[in-house]
Amino acid sequence: MTAILEMRGITKEFPGVKALADVNLTVERGEVHAICGENGAGKSTLMKVLSGVYPHGTYGGEIVFEAEPVEFRSITDSEHKGIVIIHQELALSPHLSLAENIFLGNEIVGRGGLIDWHATNTEAQRLLARVGLGDNPAVRANEVGVGKQQLVEIAKALSKDVKLLILDEPTAALNDEDSAHLLDLIRHLKGQGITSIIISHKLNEIKAIADKVTVIRDGRTIETLVTDEVSEDRIIKGMVGRDLESRYPERQVRIGEEVFRIEDWRVHHPTESGRVVIDGANLSVRAGEVVGIAGLMGAGRTELAMSIFGRSYGSHITGTAYLHGKSVDVRTVPAAISAGLAYATEDRKRYGLNLIEDIKRNISAAALDKLVGRVLVDGEREILVAEEYRRSMRIKTPSVNAVVGKLSGGNQQKVVLSKWLFTDPEVLILDEPTRGIDVGAKYEIYTIINTLVADGKAVIVISSELPELLGICDRIYTISEGRVTGEFPIAEATPEALMQRMTQEKEADHVLAP
Amino acid sequence: MSSPRDSSTRDLAPSPLRTAGSFLLSRVQQIGIFIALVVIILLFQGLTGGRLLTAGNVANIIVQNSYILILAIGMVMIIIAGHIDLSVGSVAAFVGAATGVMVVQWGWPWWLGIVVGIVLGAVVGAWQGFWVAVVGIPAFIVTLAGMLIFRGLTQITLSNTQITPFPTEYRQLGGGYLFPELFPASTSPAEWITVGLGVLTLVLFVGSQLRGRAKRVKLGVEAEPAWWFWTRTGFGALLIVLVTFLLGIAEGSRGTPVVLIVLGALIVIYTVVMQRTRFGRHIYAVGGNRHAADLSGIRSKRIDFMLFVNMGILAALAGIVFTGRLNSAGPGAGNLFELDAIAAAFIGGAAVQGGIGTVVGAITGGLIMGVLNNGMSLMGVSTDYQQFIKGMVLLLAVAFDVYNKRRSRSLG
Repeated sequence: MTAILEMRGITKEFPGVKALADVNLTVERGEVHAICGENGAGKSTLMKVLSGVYPHGTYGGEIVFEAEPVEFRSITDSEHKGIVIIHQELALSPHLSLAENIFLGNEIVGRGGLIDWHATNTEAQRLLARVGLGDNPAVRANEVGVGKQQLVEIAKALSKDVKLLILDEPTAALNDEDSAHLLDLIRHLKGQGITSIIISHKLNEIKAIADKVTVIRDGRTIETLVTDEVSEDRIIKGMVGRDLESRYPERQVRIGEEVFRIEDWRVHHPTESGRVVIDGANLSVRAGEVVGIAGLMGAGRTELAMSIFGRSYGSHITGTAYLHGKSVDVRTVPAAISAGLAYATEDRKRYGLNLIEDIKRNISAAALDKLVGRVLVDGEREILVAEEYRRSMRIKTPSVNAVVGKLSGGNQQKVVLSKWLFTDPEVLILDEPTRGIDVGAKYEIYTIINTLVADGKAVIVISSELPELLGICDRIYTISEGRVTGEFPIAEATPEALMQRMTQEKEADHVLAP
Repeated sequence: MSSPRDSSTRDLAPSPLRTAGSFLLSRVQQIGIFIALVVIILLFQGLTGGRLLTAGNVANIIVQNSYILILAIGMVMIIIAGHIDLSVGSVAAFVGAATGVMVVQWGWPWWLGIVVGIVLGAVVGAWQGFWVAVVGIPAFIVTLAGMLIFRGLTQITLSNTQITPFPTEYRQLGGGYLFPELFPASTSPAEWITVGLGVLTLVLFVGSQLRGRAKRVKLGVEAEPAWWFWTRTGFGALLIVLVTFLLGIAEGSRGTPVVLIVLGALIVIYTVVMQRTRFGRHIYAVGGNRHAADLSGIRSKRIDFMLFVNMGILAALAGIVFTGRLNSAGPGAGNLFELDAIAAAFIGGAAVQGGIGTVVGAITGGLIMGVLNNGMSLMGVSTDYQQFIKGMVLLLAVAFDVYNKRRSRSLG
């Protein structure tokens, strides 16, 4: 076999962050090559370099495709060479037909510059048949299920004469049956000579379909393994094997009584009410305790947290929440806040902050009542409160009148935390509290979490970074596909053990031997 | 002994003039609109040979634009929340027509007509608020429908005729001056009421500014340089003195228009509402980021509903003022008022995507339009040119705003 693709010494930097450092990747013609690594390891960045999303010149290193150095300036360039990427979020236009979607941007034009609908539809039918779909190409995209949409994406790729197909987490949104069908198709395409790169967290899938797997960690290629020769645990070791030394501040652990607990928590998808997103989850947190929730993307971490916090996510939510052993009403956000819950979102720009407003008004937003006298907001006290958080949280800003949108990620996160602390919560749910912020600011956030639990508050931390959870938590729950699959006191938690439970699927209930 | 701070001040600190400049630059978005108003006033004062700032004309500008300014207050609040209201002209006309029927045809007392009219406005607002907040239809659609619905109801109410004349008391709100029957123009004590009101306003304004600053200084939270505080306060005081002079002392003055008292009260009340009450602050929060507001426990739908009720009340008031001024309720009344009110809000610095805007800004924006109209009319510019120029002003004002935001983002 010969290499169809070689990426040599790929380096990509964003302001302040080195996303990729000297990455090497060789893909042989006709193989299925998996890329795995933790969230944020650099997998997607690498694929964006390859497909021209990041144009030539914005990265270092070279790409050789079919024995020829290539310099893609856009996705169109890479598609022209036969490299097609299918993103995690499907990109079909919901109100167009399957045929229109397949040829979107690549329309079959007949004489007179008009679209040849007959050719479009017959060709679409042929392509759909190739991916195993017998659907009418005139059906609108939103009328077929997610699994089929994924296949339509692949049909679209085939229409472009694809030589190298890149699939980013293709089964993340699919059920088991659709996933199996998709994997079959990839195997089938391999038989037709199409090379695939598949990015996945699901190790059993990788084992089942990939010939080789390249492990990426912290923006570096760690190793390339032949999947038949290694165990899942061997791959996990490559993914998580980093040292956990003093990136986490020391803390005196003093755990008290249980503060908050949910029992048999069940949540359905907000629009597809048949789909269970959280399935009978139980978890609890005690005063002075940091509890972690570990799960891969799509496992239902954020959905669980938001459904607890005033039913901000989901529909048909059942289950009971207890505060200090008594059942408590958390059905609306104001009720949840007054019960003593706080939820700092994973997406602070979209859900956490009013970016065009100043720091002081963001901090007071969730507990403005505390600043209201008989009728009016005490603007001076508001400034004093903000100044106090600015000091205690060490928010780096010239003034609390500064607009939040201009702060760095770490400082924005401190504003979010200040906002929630001002509501005097007993339970803080912190969703990805250190996402997108630099190492120094991370340490400061961990220090703040330590201060909170030292004050007797109960903290739940959701994170995709296992080292972070292992570094700051007293207890860790793993969730996978909406179910709590494990609970580990910190002494028993190892990255391997957690990763096993995080990748545990519904059928595969047996423990994978170490 | 010199601390690091001293040396940095010596080496790096810009000159006082530079700091003042950069402070002004950081506020250019807020200040720009006032400067624009002053420039336009001075420009037309020159172009019309001093006919703009005469006693009669200033009173005219206030009275002619009062209903647009009342609408602009409610409109800027709606826009801050990220919505729009296209129906206010029709709602104003409908309420004007309804009060006409009550007061003129049915012979109800004038005050009862006004009260019921305002309640009717609130009901209309609740109707639109229901569709926006509860059903979740975009405000653009709801109020576009409202524009047609209430225009239709106006015509039905009036059977396509005019209702006139209204009782004198009713007309005071739109076109009256303070107590002309007590003090006919010839005897001139009207001046003393106006001067008294002017002095009172001046004292209250300067006093509240000084008290606020003193409190902030005491708590150590004053962010404004002293020179700017005095410039700002001085400018406000000068404005009050100038208006008082023109309305009460200058030759041909007729005293204080009743509607100016109403408008002044509305501006003060709504500025306080927007800056210092939960409701107002929640409006900014919802407009700035609705998701974040929801997750902060703000009931954004309730805010939306209340905003439309409030807009209905203000549209009713505008309708009553307008009917009073014209002394007639007609089927075509209030046509295109919504566009003037929206333009006022945007010229006054409101952001199209919501979250940004002030009541004072919207009033200033409305006055810019009003002075432009009035100045061009004085100069004998025909209405077609007036439309053209107003359109350009709106476009350039928003372009300036967009440019400023981009600039400040690139600085940040």
